Amino acid sequence: MNILVFVKRVPDTESKIRIDQQSNSIIKEGLNFIISPYDEYAMEEALRLKEAQGGKVTAVSVGTKENQVILKKCLAMGADEATLIKDDAGETYDSLRVAKLLAQAVKQKFTEPHLLLFGKQSVGADNAQVPSMVAELLGMPQANVVTKLEIEGNKGTAYREIEGASEKVSFSLPAVVSAQKGLNEPRYETLKGIMMAKRKQIPELSLQDLGMKEEDLSPQLEVVRMDAPPPRKAGKVVEDEPPQAAKKLVEFLCQEAKII
Amino acid sequence: MFLVYTEVRDGKIKKSSLEALSEARRRAQERDEEVHGVLLGHNVEELASQLYSYGASQVYVLENSLLQGYSSSGYAQALHSLVEEVNPEVIFFSATAMGQDLAPRLAAKLGVGLASDCTQISIKDGAMEVVRPIFAGKALATVHFKSSPQMATLRPNVFPAESSDNAQGETVKKEVVVSEEQVKGQVEEVLKGKGTEIDVSEAEIVVSGGRGMKATENFDVLRELTQILPHSALGASRAAVDAGWIDHQHQVGQTGKTISPVLYMAFGISGAIQHLAGMSSSKYIIAVNKDPEAPIFKVADFGVVGDLFELIPPLKEELKKQLSE
Ligand SMILES: Cc1cc2nc3c(=O)[nH]c(=O)nc-3n(C[C@H](O)[C@H](O)[C@H](O)COP(=O)(O)OP(=O)(O)OC[C@H]3O[C@@H](n4cnc5c(N)ncnc54)[C@H](O)[C@@H]3O)c2cc1C
Ligand SMILES: Nc1ncnc2c1ncn2[C@@H]1O[C@H](COP(=O)(O)O)[C@@H](O)[C@H]1O
Repeated sequence: MNILVFVKRVPDTESKIRIDQQSNSIIKEGLNFIISPYDEYAMEEALRLKEAQGGKVTAVSVGTKENQVILKKCLAMGADEATLIKDDAGETYDSLRVAKLLAQAVKQKFTEPHLLLFGKQSVGADNAQVPSMVAELLGMPQANVVTKLEIEGNKGTAYREIEGASEKVSFSLPAVVSAQKGLNEPRYETLKGIMMAKRKQIPELSLQDLGMKEEDLSPQLEVVRMDAPPPRKAGKVVEDEPPQAAKKLVEFLCQEAKII
Repeated sequence: MFLVYTEVRDGKIKKSSLEALSEARRRAQERDEEVHGVLLGHNVEELASQLYSYGASQVYVLENSLLQGYSSSGYAQALHSLVEEVNPEVIFFSATAMGQDLAPRLAAKLGVGLASDCTQISIKDGAMEVVRPIFAGKALATVHFKSSPQMATLRPNVFPAESSDNAQGETVKKEVVVSEEQVKGQVEEVLKGKGTEIDVSEAEIVVSGGRGMKATENFDVLRELTQILPHSALGASRAAVDAGWIDHQHQVGQTGKTISPVLYMAFGISGAIQHLAGMSSSKYIIAVNKDPEAPIFKVADFGVVGDLFELIPPLKEELKKQLSE
């Protein structure tokens, strides 16, 4: 089975986000970057499928040279190959651009994939759009926010999380699947994996290599302002004995918050 | 015209769709435009009248037996034909599991941008402007659209649903041209979660537990609180989920759900940055923690320093007393 895994480089979830009001973007200095957490579940699932059924796993990322680090991590986890689609446009929060690049790369450069695995959402942009968009651009079925995946021959069954329930989705391959937490527990890289990853080359594709021009990718959304959320103030804190504290809490709910 | 996709689950229109419809009406009024709703699926026509009272002057009914089970490609195909025909300026979805799955597929078909999970919508000089939290709410991006139709998904529980009596509208049935070929990846079965619990993303009150809960059975104590409090759901920190005390569906935070309920109650949760990201936009926050230095107190409107196990019994009594009055 030929599996493609799409991974994005994002600021660590522990990051404090500071904003540059001039450029309407976040300040990158001092941030630690990681592979987007949901993409790790996608990577792990690809490796497990390969281990069970054979095949090849290729990690693909759109971004700058710095994305090499997360692609190396994928190689160290066990991916056979990795490709960087070079795009220096920076974070546009516009998923269609990334989706078009990925779909074009799949059409032109990766022969007959069986499965396209994504994270359900990238940490930061929080769009949850790229997987569905790529599925549409390639005319493939999709199953998003998946917590369980079964592949048999050219058929797939996925369980996707919805409000208070889950949906069982059946599809034929090739297909797009996006990973939710719960799908698996991602492995750590081994020392041997890290050594092997060091030696592997990561080919780069430019827009030209994909036969695309900047005009094909012009942004459909524009971030005109970026703000910090309104600060919350610490409110009242009580240290009374439980019965007293409970009374005060309920008083707060009735009189100040007026919720009950 | 503002077109609003209204989602049907278990034969009922989802509350978050009514919120999206109400918001569309408020914004459309500023531009002197109409709001139209879409009902999609199988045997959904009878639900149309409910949409009139939330602001739809027209409701398109798209029925086809092939659309009985949800499929993103089939539904996107049906919506695409409608959009091509009726040319809306704006399309709203609610940011539910279905909306988040379907809207980007339609956006790619139309080749337009989509703003996900918006929490504010306004009209500035005639143009629509949206605010969407990024980094799970650690920053807010104000977004303009450069393509048309302008598409957005609206976060549940943020926009008030407002109905009016004796509103009238018109139902317009449209033929849906989809082939079996186009219906890919269909839902075969919906497997219900335990009981009739409300999802954290949809509840007005969220009662959440963290590592301080110490064991699976102690979550039953919180569950009892959700039974006392109206429209409430059970939430959890990642530590509680990872310990296996509660299912991941309940996780609140950067890698769980980002929510904006009216009231968030945190029991035995320290308030790590990833957790705060997911719930800081709650209207009111209450924290119960035995550590007075816990960071959760920095965002709480009301905090109790103490042992949660000692506080909950009298709290239950007080709440019952209040709610019975
Ligand atoms: C990539 C990544 C993503 C993450 N995503 C999330 C996420 O989405 N959501 C999330 O929540 N976390 C997330 N985390 C984890 C986060 O960093 C914290 O580890 C986690 O939120 C801690 O959970 P907690 O507050 O329940 O536990 P702790 O930090 O251990 O806090 C437990 C609290 O309970 C109090 N307590 C103990 N006993 C009692 C008692 N009897 N009465 C009262 N108080 C008591 C203690 O004083 C303490 O403050 C993520 C981490 C990473 C690395
Ligand atoms: N720049 C990128 N390069 C590769 N994959 C990406 C990129 N951006 C998003 N993705 C994939 O799409 C998923 C959803 O991202 P998003 O739509 O941005 O929330 C991510 O989890 C990745 O799997």
